[in-house]
Amino acid sequence: MTAATAAPATPGESTAHDDHGPSTGISNTKLAMWLFLGSECLLFGGLISTYLLYKTRRGPDNRAIPTDVFDIPFTSISSFVLLMSSLTMVLALSALTRGDNHGARVWLLATSMLGGVFIGGQVYEFTSFLREGVGFTNNPASSAFYALTGFHGVHVSLGIVMLMSLFVASWQGKLRPEHSETVEIVGLYWHFVDVVWIFIFTVIYLVPA
Amino acid sequence: MTITEKPVTEGPLELESGREAIAERPLGVLTRPQGGRGWRDWLSTVDHKKIGIMYGVSAMVFFVVGGVEALLIRLQLAVPNGGVLSADVYNQVFTMHGVTMVFLFIMPLAAAFANYLIPLQIGARDVAFPRLNALSYWIWLSGAIFLNSSWIVGGGGADCGWFCYSPNSGLTFSPSHGVDFYAIGLLIAGIASLVSAINLIVTCLNMRAPGMDLFRMPVLTWMLLITQFLLLFALPVITVALFLLMFDRLFDASFFNPDMGGDPLLWQHLFWIFGHPEVYIIILPAFGVVSEVIPTFSRKPIFGYTFMVFSGIAIGFMGWGVWAHHMFVSGIGPISVAAFSLSTMFIAVPTGVKVLNWMATMWGGQIRFTTAMLFAVGTVAMFTIGGLSGVTHAIAPADTQQTDTYYIVAHFHYVIFGGGVLGLIGGLYFWWPKIFGYMLNERRGKINFWLMLIGFNLTFGPMHILGLQGMSRRIDTYSAGFGFEFWNLVATVGSFIIALSVAALFHNVWKSKREAADLPPPGPDPWDARSIEWMIPSPVPEHNFDEVPTVDGLDEWWHRKYGFDDDGKVVQIATAEEAAQDGSAEGVHLPAPSFWPLVLAVGLPLIGYGLIFNLWLCVPGGLLVGMGIFAWALEPVDDPDAPHDHHDDDDHDDDGDGTHDSDDSVGDGPDELALAAAAPATPGDKQGGARS
Repeated sequence: MTAATAAPATPGESTAHDDHGPSTGISNTKLAMWLFLGSECLLFGGLISTYLLYKTRRGPDNRAIPTDVFDIPFTSISSFVLLMSSLTMVLALSALTRGDNHGARVWLLATSMLGGVFIGGQVYEFTSFLREGVGFTNNPASSAFYALTGFHGVHVSLGIVMLMSLFVASWQGKLRPEHSETVEIVGLYWHFVDVVWIFIFTVIYLVPA
Repeated sequence: MTITEKPVTEGPLELESGREAIAERPLGVLTRPQGGRGWRDWLSTVDHKKIGIMYGVSAMVFFVVGGVEALLIRLQLAVPNGGVLSADVYNQVFTMHGVTMVFLFIMPLAAAFANYLIPLQIGARDVAFPRLNALSYWIWLSGAIFLNSSWIVGGGGADCGWFCYSPNSGLTFSPSHGVDFYAIGLLIAGIASLVSAINLIVTCLNMRAPGMDLFRMPVLTWMLLITQFLLLFALPVITVALFLLMFDRLFDASFFNPDMGGDPLLWQHLFWIFGHPEVYIIILPAFGVVSEVIPTFSRKPIFGYTFMVFSGIAIGFMGWGVWAHHMFVSGIGPISVAAFSLSTMFIAVPTGVKVLNWMATMWGGQIRFTTAMLFAVGTVAMFTIGGLSGVTHAIAPADTQQTDTYYIVAHFHYVIFGGGVLGLIGGLYFWWPKIFGYMLNERRGKINFWLMLIGFNLTFGPMHILGLQGMSRRIDTYSAGFGFEFWNLVATVGSFIIALSVAALFHNVWKSKREAADLPPPGPDPWDARSIEWMIPSPVPEHNFDEVPTVDGLDEWWHRKYGFDDDGKVVQIATAEEAAQDGSAEGVHLPAPSFWPLVLAVGLPLIGYGLIFNLWLCVPGGLLVGMGIFAWALEPVDDPDAPHDHHDDDDHDDDGDGTHDSDDSVGDGPDELALAAAAPATPGDKQGGARS
């Protein structure tokens, strides 16, 4: 069952896999990332549910909630930027697989910069909300909003750290086509973070309260 | 052969597992540990067996801690108007008793079995990610120590009960730092369990020996695999809940504060969406142990293997749909109550299937009542009692009367202690010779068992009566004249008998070790067992298998010892000694040890203390974690400087001809790198997939 599905390592390749390959045919690291992302679904599921429960709760002092101050056009643009970073991520992987190290480097940098723009947008959004009187401790609605989007922002930031690590490795000549699975795995994480944002953006910003 | 596959000219980037190995000192800080001896070896080990032993030892330490807390509770309640503990301290003691027993005793004890046995039962040399495995242990330990440090630096333990309902968990009713330590300590321990769950799932799915199909895996491995899936999906939910609780208490949010518009029920839902699967996380490993012990001592294959596996999977799925039966009195509405009543009754079905299958396995078998078997049968009996009282909770009107009384306490102790703990201790007796190379004395073991069984029933049996008489759970004392006196005293006596039985267990370990020198070694297979961990020497050599076995069916090891004659009768075709491996393989390639998991794990509690006391403390904590991660990523999986005979060679002969090929022993140092440049790579190296 297992031996047949695993590709035999060709002499000269640096595929140090065991003699019968991973039993599922999916490498250990990639499988681990898929499992981790499965777990992350529940994390964001819990946070999104919390927000949905609380989104109109202004508390006893009837203070402002995030929906009062949403700037949908601005957030749409930063969401678009984040979505485009998934495209550049794919281009980075494709370039590396083709052996185009320079292209891979460029696209990795572009992906992390697009992610950086998104994070910058989030920082701007948070500060402007704060100026308009929606603080973390206002009421359950604002606490839930900051908790959810904050957790997502931390995830994007960690993704940027991973992308920049890949970029530096590539710059030092250590990222070669045989490492494309590493890029693919980081890409899995990155796409997941993007997909989660599509949910968050739809559920929180677009669906009216 | 691994060495020959290493590209010579590249840097140390180690993001993709197992691709590269270059002798650079990451960050130049700690030198790569070389294995060595003594405590350094234990601190840096990535060997799943040593990690399993460390899990087990730590779990037993916390068993004693939680046990002392339990005895304090029972002393307080022994007589009416007890004055041993103040009401406040009593709250802390019963909370920490629950938290300790669940998160710091049973879960890590099950993790000990999972770590030690999964690779052995599926024919692997280690788990998929050995360093992540070490990380799991160290993070769990740091979380456990952090949690208990609140006794000293946090102004007392958490005092909100183990499920820590709001508003009891809020600052108003719990002004000390105990609940902060609870939230952050469990977050840290949760990271450990999540990492471990991912690691062990990948191990089960990817690291199986040739021929070890999923449906040839022993039932224990199956139950542990299901447990890891439950952990994988349950932990993020409690993570959310604990983060929100932490935000409430430390950063003035109001998620669970009804005064500010928060909803205490949200906590209950999040907690029990985690908390009910958690019940199966606790019990399934014990079910797995029982499913190994009973067939071995009945000399029969497990009855209905597929049914056993699928009922485990069914429990795993249905366990997600019953959480609100913990909340029948919280006002969730008649439709919810009816739905969760039904689902709770249904989940008894796969559990009942298991009980019947164990009995059918024993039916007509040649039963040997060893200590391990006694514990296994005791597990089945006690769990059945707990399961039946559980079904009474499924009936919502009855549950309304029972909830928050001692009847509940009786029920979950029958399930968790009578099911989980008895089962796992039986597992200790069963696998002890495999792990430590000597047998635990059977006579003392049986004394241990009977003391524990009698003490257990004396302690928790009367609680059914007390609960139905109306004694509230968690009251710190009671007045005379309610009819509570007699059974409370009986329960207290019983709890000290349990304590005696635990002492008997430790005494047995110590005494048997001393006597072992005069006894013949147990050999690879002292119980005439069935799964492949018994085909290697006891104690297990560092490299596990001399040669990874090819598996032809369920109960592989038994079928290597027994066959059928022409009349279809079972005959022995080989003794265990003949069929077993002798552990003589040398120069087996093993993953190199590492200090970075420990470094990373030390950083997390620092961040925790920082969040509670002074945010500046988070800086060194965060730096340690960040440094640990990057140094880890840059550290080669294999250490080219490792001693020649220890870490550098291939694991086994790939052609399976029983001989070691010439390229199985490649030297270390520069010569080897030169050789690597010249020699063509060979597909090989079982351990190649096992990199973190």
